[in-house]
Amino acid sequence: MVAVISMDALWEVLERVPDPEIPVVSVVDLGIVRDVRSDRVIITPTYTGCPATQVIERDIRDALDAAGFRDVGIETTLSPPWTTGWITESGKAKLKAYGIAPPTRGRAVECPQCGSLETEEISRFGSTPCKAQWRCRACLEPFDLFKCH
Amino acid sequence: MASLPPIDLPSGATGEGAFDAPAADANRDVRFDYLLRLGDDSLILGQRLGEWCGHAPSVEVDLSLANMGLDLIGQATHFLNHAGAVEGRGRDGDALAFKRDVLDFRNCWLVEQPNGDFAQTMARQFLFSTWQEMLFQHLTGSKDETIAAVAAKAVKEVRYHAELSAEWVIRLGDGTDESRRRMADGLDWHWRFVPELFEMDAVATAAAECGIGANVSAFRDDYDARIRAVLAEATLEPPADQRPILGGRRGHHGEHLGHLIAVMQFLPRTYPDATW
Repeated sequence: MVAVISMDALWEVLERVPDPEIPVVSVVDLGIVRDVRSDRVIITPTYTGCPATQVIERDIRDALDAAGFRDVGIETTLSPPWTTGWITESGKAKLKAYGIAPPTRGRAVECPQCGSLETEEISRFGSTPCKAQWRCRACLEPFDLFKCH
Repeated sequence: MASLPPIDLPSGATGEGAFDAPAADANRDVRFDYLLRLGDDSLILGQRLGEWCGHAPSVEVDLSLANMGLDLIGQATHFLNHAGAVEGRGRDGDALAFKRDVLDFRNCWLVEQPNGDFAQTMARQFLFSTWQEMLFQHLTGSKDETIAAVAAKAVKEVRYHAELSAEWVIRLGDGTDESRRRMADGLDWHWRFVPELFEMDAVATAAAECGIGANVSAFRDDYDARIRAVLAEATLEPPADQRPILGGRRGHHGEHLGHLIAVMQFLPRTYPDATW
């Protein structure tokens, strides 16, 4: 018997795999999943040295296995390099609701707490490779900004 | 009846028969050595930056140094895994990082220099990252697909390292008397290791000729101009030229590297194949 694998079912499984560092967004929201085919899922790391990369692959493997897709492999590709432009609109909304300002592409950074645009960078590097530390001059709260990359 | 899918032949295969061995990579030795150079530069500097963890002047700086180290270790993982595959003797990136001795490392002298104070660390980072950004920009056109892909990905990260360290060179150079003295000393210490970055020895030349590597002489002038522009903004004079120290690419290293490697390799050598 040949099992027919539904691409939609595969995407649904992947959409439920959270990012290990920022669990409110899925690996699909972050643009880590590049392509889904009947025999494999193609993923790409965000940052070259991101320690979550191996965990992400293992989590995807576990999710595929649990959903019965044991024969679907995982392939990692480096090219083209990941960019924050691949984060989905719903991914950006979830980041903001979680308190992380989404990448802005040169526009003013909005405080995820109070919505003010009176914000400034504290440090270009934050708690993970993909985030910078910022603060709001209006509500004085510090916050993470997902770096534009 | 459905036709059979096309067969993906391994690159280099002659396609004459299913049992033909793929043609040997004529540039294997050069490719392997060149990948070790790229990987070891990133690995050793990544390890050095890791030494700052918990010791930096502020928590923001601590995070910056650790994150830069992480980026570099990530590059090293890709380059050394690929080097192991090219070599074809069953070694992976971990084996190359943790089971080679000091004479087999191919990193430049600049990256193995001790951290010193924060200014000395930033001077080293500025001189190295400015070079590495230009190198990776050139390597995005490498005929080795893995080198090109890693370079294209990492160049965006290295740009941050170069900017951040240049900002510190300016801030400390154009700062107090003490910060200025420390930055000038840091630059002076590392200045003699810069010519090695631009050395085109036999391996570098062969790698450039077959399209795998970059001809670093092509961006020497750009590099010098950028370094001098930042030093000018930092109100610092470029250090006097010193006798260059060469040889890291051929396994001649300073005393410092052995100590670094001893710490880096302690765990995997003491508990071989440990997992957690």
